[in-house]
Amino acid sequence: MTLDFATLLAILAMAVATMLTRVSGLFLIRHVSLEGSRRKAIESIPPAVLMAVVAPTAFSTGIAETLACAVTAFAAFRLPMLVSVALGVASVAILRSLGL
Amino acid sequence: MNGNATEFLGGMRAIAPLIAAVIPIGLVFGALAATKELSPLETGLMSALVFAGGSQFVAMDIWTHPASWTGVGFAALLVNIRHVLMSASLATKMQSFGPRSRYLAMLFLADEIWAMAEFRAGVARLTPAWFAGLVAPFYLAWVLSALAGATLGAFLGDPVVLGLDFAFPAVFIVLVIGFWKGPETGAVLLASGVAAVVTQHFVPGVWYIAAGALAGLMAAIVSGHRRMEVTP
Repeated sequence: MTLDFATLLAILAMAVATMLTRVSGLFLIRHVSLEGSRRKAIESIPPAVLMAVVAPTAFSTGIAETLACAVTAFAAFRLPMLVSVALGVASVAILRSLGL
Repeated sequence: MNGNATEFLGGMRAIAPLIAAVIPIGLVFGALAATKELSPLETGLMSALVFAGGSQFVAMDIWTHPASWTGVGFAALLVNIRHVLMSASLATKMQSFGPRSRYLAMLFLADEIWAMAEFRAGVARLTPAWFAGLVAPFYLAWVLSALAGATLGAFLGDPVVLGLDFAFPAVFIVLVIGFWKGPETGAVLLASGVAAVVTQHFVPGVWYIAAGALAGLMAAIVSGHRRMEVTP
């Protein structure tokens, strides 16, 4: 079990940076009023962030990933979360084994 | 059973599928860290203190010997800048939280925790006990799976062949569908998706997440203004 000093410092820097981003929203809403259209904008944050994270996987990684994303999205309209995720994982494994 | 225990168990039940998804990711992270010559102690410490998968994978991508705290620190700030928007959004739904517990809760704002909490706030009152029910098992699963991955290392199979690397995007897609509220959501998703793909193509690193999130936010503001002009 080793703990390198430079590594510890790097981990602490990452932790501080991450904590800053996580609590800053609390400061932000204290100084900005949230009525009307601002409220609407805030409500759009969850889908906007989620989409930005998955878009490269969904559209510019490969055919297997794009198809599996479509399967997952389609399943999510009807099926519970765990089933949809399992279907997505299974389809990406099958499609990759086919060489897509 | 009292109300808090019921709420805690409710949170645990909600996060269960995401725990199933995060364990393979944690194992992969641990195994990857081992290839960068991080000890299991260092790997576990990183997962416990940073608790943000995206930035941890990016850090492994750019890891050097000796480690550069400015490099990975700045990368973590960039990858996690979306948390500013996420915490601002969730902060408006924390009426049952005391001032101190708000800050404490925000420290555990991983993507999955945040997404489930947002979802909960849409259908019921979000309570500290329910939030703790999300955090406790998920945090343990993330740290322990990274430790296991770091220890087992090369003994694990290739997660890409098994498709396990896809579990994380799959969960996000399911959540995106859950946030669908009509055509306005469509405009947000389109703007965010296009901006993210284009940015990822032309700009190295992880700017694409911030670019996509901002583009989606802009789309919401623009379509909101347009609606107000039509129906004053």
